[in-house]
Amino acid sequence: MATELSYRRSSSRFSLRDWDLALGLAVVGLLGIGTILVYAATRDWFASNGLDPQYYLKRHVINILIGALLAWSVTLIDYRMIRAYTPVLWGIGVLGLLLVLIPGIGVTVNGARAWIGLPGGFQIQPAELAKITIIVGMALILSELHGNQEHPQSEDVLKALAVAAIPVMLIVLQPDLGTILIVSASVVTIIAVSGAQIRWVFGLITLAIISGYVAVQAGMVSEYQVKRLESFIDPNADPMMSGYQLRQARITIGSGGISGTGLFDGPQTNGRFVPEQHTDFIFTVAGEQLGFLGSGLIILLYLIILLRAFAIAKRTNDMFGRLVCIGVIAWFAFQTFENIGMTMGLMPMTGVPLPFLSYGGSSMFACLIGIGLLQNVHLRSAR
Amino acid sequence: MNERSRLNMIVVQVLIASIMVTLLGRLYYMQVVDVERYRSAALNVQSRDVVTPANRGLIVDNTGIPMAINRAGLEVTVDRSVIDKLPDKGASVLSEVARILGLEYQDVYIRTRLCPELKAGQKSGCWNGNRYQPIPITKSASEKQALSILERADRFPGIDAAPISIRYYPSLAGENGAHLLGYVGPVTEGDLNSSNGGYFRNELIGKSGIEFQYDSELRGVPGVRTVIVDRKEAVTRESRNVAPVSGKNLVLNINAKIQAIAEAELAASIARGKAQGRRADAGAVVVMDMQGRVVALASYPTYDPNIWENGITVRQAKRLYSESAGVPALSRVTQGNFSPASTFKVVSTAAAINAGYKLNQTFNCPAEVQIGTRTFRNFDSKAAGRIDLKKALAISCDSLWYQVAYDEWVRDGGLRPKPTPNDHFFTTARLFGLGQKTGIDLPSESAGRLPDREWKKSWYQRNKDFYCNYSSRAKKSQLTPLLIEIARENCLDGDKVRAGDAVNFSIGQGDLLATPLQMAVMYTAIANGGSLYKPQIARAVVDPNGTVIKEFEPRAVGTLSTKKKTLKLIQQGLRQVVTGGTATGAFAGMKVEVSGKTGTGQVFGRNLDGSAKDDTSWFASYAPTKKPVYTVVMMVSQGGFGASTSGVGVRRIYDGIFGEGGKKPIAPNGIPSKLPTIDVTSSLNDEQSNSARTNETGTVKSGN
Repeated sequence: MATELSYRRSSSRFSLRDWDLALGLAVVGLLGIGTILVYAATRDWFASNGLDPQYYLKRHVINILIGALLAWSVTLIDYRMIRAYTPVLWGIGVLGLLLVLIPGIGVTVNGARAWIGLPGGFQIQPAELAKITIIVGMALILSELHGNQEHPQSEDVLKALAVAAIPVMLIVLQPDLGTILIVSASVVTIIAVSGAQIRWVFGLITLAIISGYVAVQAGMVSEYQVKRLESFIDPNADPMMSGYQLRQARITIGSGGISGTGLFDGPQTNGRFVPEQHTDFIFTVAGEQLGFLGSGLIILLYLIILLRAFAIAKRTNDMFGRLVCIGVIAWFAFQTFENIGMTMGLMPMTGVPLPFLSYGGSSMFACLIGIGLLQNVHLRSAR
Repeated sequence: MNERSRLNMIVVQVLIASIMVTLLGRLYYMQVVDVERYRSAALNVQSRDVVTPANRGLIVDNTGIPMAINRAGLEVTVDRSVIDKLPDKGASVLSEVARILGLEYQDVYIRTRLCPELKAGQKSGCWNGNRYQPIPITKSASEKQALSILERADRFPGIDAAPISIRYYPSLAGENGAHLLGYVGPVTEGDLNSSNGGYFRNELIGKSGIEFQYDSELRGVPGVRTVIVDRKEAVTRESRNVAPVSGKNLVLNINAKIQAIAEAELAASIARGKAQGRRADAGAVVVMDMQGRVVALASYPTYDPNIWENGITVRQAKRLYSESAGVPALSRVTQGNFSPASTFKVVSTAAAINAGYKLNQTFNCPAEVQIGTRTFRNFDSKAAGRIDLKKALAISCDSLWYQVAYDEWVRDGGLRPKPTPNDHFFTTARLFGLGQKTGIDLPSESAGRLPDREWKKSWYQRNKDFYCNYSSRAKKSQLTPLLIEIARENCLDGDKVRAGDAVNFSIGQGDLLATPLQMAVMYTAIANGGSLYKPQIARAVVDPNGTVIKEFEPRAVGTLSTKKKTLKLIQQGLRQVVTGGTATGAFAGMKVEVSGKTGTGQVFGRNLDGSAKDDTSWFASYAPTKKPVYTVVMMVSQGGFGASTSGVGVRRIYDGIFGEGGKKPIAPNGIPSKLPTIDVTSSLNDEQSNSARTNETGTVKSGN
């Protein structure tokens, strides 16, 4: 197919200015800040327990290096070649989600059976990687239009939804509400930009609201999740559990002020009043220790990444590449908003990590692969 | 790219950029606009104040005898926030603790209830603080008791024992001093919210008496150590450590030995009154020097000032305010309002001279005087012939004053008073300090009552509705012919000073009320040549290292505005009371010359059991007559005759002070001019070697 396109086999032939430098620098900036924050969140805690204060720092750097390697690998092959392997990738993603549900293989943390234990104390979270397979799978279906049709037809949209629905159902079984929300947001965004009829977009949003309501009413959402939702509405409802975490998170961020308490010097962080402060609540460490100047910079870096990604999506003439970019953008944007919004009381509490900052291998790998995909599209649309 | 796709992408881009800006905006609001709120919340989360109470200042008498000290004790506390979560709300834990400590379960239960949790009338002994403070149930647990609780912490959740300092009134001279010294208690929510401020939770503060009045000097400043804790309450670092500053010591004008004698003689006088078949339910005694410095002050019935030490029991607390026990909490010296009766005649004598009667004028003292439709009888209905004003004081003639007061009342216009009546009796009474607070350094002093024309008017406004509708408003038992007639008269002209009011006033009866302290100030002024002094209990505030910070100099706040000659006449009359008058028997054989006045006040009204009230017994005096050093005033409510009940009591107090009857004089020349040195440890060692006190095992903190 499409023999007129001259496929470039390797990225080694690209010069430095062929890459999107601003995107790369913003990511590197976030990775650097994240590394310091993970260290700040865990240093005193580990040292006071007689453990290696750099334990998490070292593991975090290793995660970044592995992630960078994965991202670089993703840029090697022309993304249009990836299309051919999409069904395989999707199959592997679904397999991972199935494995996680098998007792003995799946590991339950915070009420969700979301991890697969690996030898050496490592764990991977298949749902993180499934996000990519869903995005790529949907982009493939919605960009391959039959005949001379300009827009995806209902048949195409339904097929794309089926591609997303199977992994989503498996994630519901874990259950991992945060990932479902982010994947749903990506799905709707991809369909919207694919040019499908707008009623699909509104229909899906309505469906999401209704199914969310039914799920809570029918008790399909675990009590753990309902509690988290309740404590979002009324932070004093369950002060010892999730309400407590949210309140502590807000206090920690708010008390940072304009310039923060100084790196490594936050009494809220060092007193460990916010649980999960090196993973899901890493933003509170930035809020307290770096203040508005530092945490505002973090949000600006996210904004730069997203705007660069939009530029890449606009520049390419290839629908598949564009939809992949849009999927990655929606994923990054909603996950960032959900995570930071949760720490500041704007969003209910769900266990999603903050892209590029939170400690955690799977999320780090997935996010850097996402960046690899963006760079890949950028490289192949250069003229 | 088709149009729809491009358009949707722009919409998505705008949406995503705006949610990022939302995050920035929220961040700005939290960290820049609302930062103070989050900072203080963070401080609440992270910091813990550990308050070390300051050593409360000591209170010593004018010779250095300690009257209030601090003793080390073991406090057992209950944490309500813990025991409330137990299945039985802590009932079994509390009863086990009560058993170990040898306390009544009911007392422990009440003590650990917050006052609002209990019904009105059952609040005595309740906890005035909040649920999150540890509530003390005893402060004098033995080491063994404390250990048996601490060693089995698992069986006593929420119960703790810790060493504390206890306020202790050692009674070294045998004095009680309850109404004088007052007591200390834990800070209440009300105290914390009051404007005084500066209180710390769990602090002990003065609640009454001198402890209350000089609390800011005595209390000191607690030490505060603020620590930063982590989520598990482990201390990560210390952010502030301020050492406690000991409170300042207080030297009183009180002489503890005279105080002890005054208390004993007051109690003996009460007993004497009872032996004479009187009810003798309450009393007061004041001893002060010629500049108003209070040497002794006691009220009866009294209570043990150390009952607060172990946490007051419900029974003790109820007794303090119970009518049947005579409301021991009330200080009759400063809060008791009584008709001064014949002790008031010094005012009438001065008023008569002010009205123009001659110093040497003689008056008839008949058995009875007819005024209007009423007959006013002399005391005991005896006539004494023609007498002068001195003799009138000496034999306490009433009928003389009926005539003088009536004549003056008529001269002021009677029931249709002149626009500017002279009101010699009212005016002189005011000049002698009646109807006004003396300004003593004790809380909640009463001003007594001076029933002048204005008071009558305001009384009428408050009561005319009742008296003018008496038959429908009064209780059945109040509908006797006499009371109905009185009500009719009150409705008719109750706003005016009537002849009967003027006549009753002249002999210190009727609506006139005075506190024993007011009478002491008045007699001191007569003795010292006419100066009304503000009574003063505290003498000096002294730093723990011995530096005198403040001395309270005697302060004259008014003069009797009476001519020297008049004063001399009164003084001679008062001497004659003792040498050839109503108090001659009581003072027979006394070497030191005493001047004074008896008073036997009739009381309108009935006791709780319905019996008519007995007379109020007064004796107001000063000595030695020629060069007065002390004023002594004693009052026994329902004590009968002035001379036999109070007069004898006063005489015995003088015996003690001046060393008559083979006793060793205590302080015949008044308050020593030099401030005493405060050395508690040696005083207590003396006491411990002398006394049979065996339970006195705690160590004493001298504060020096």
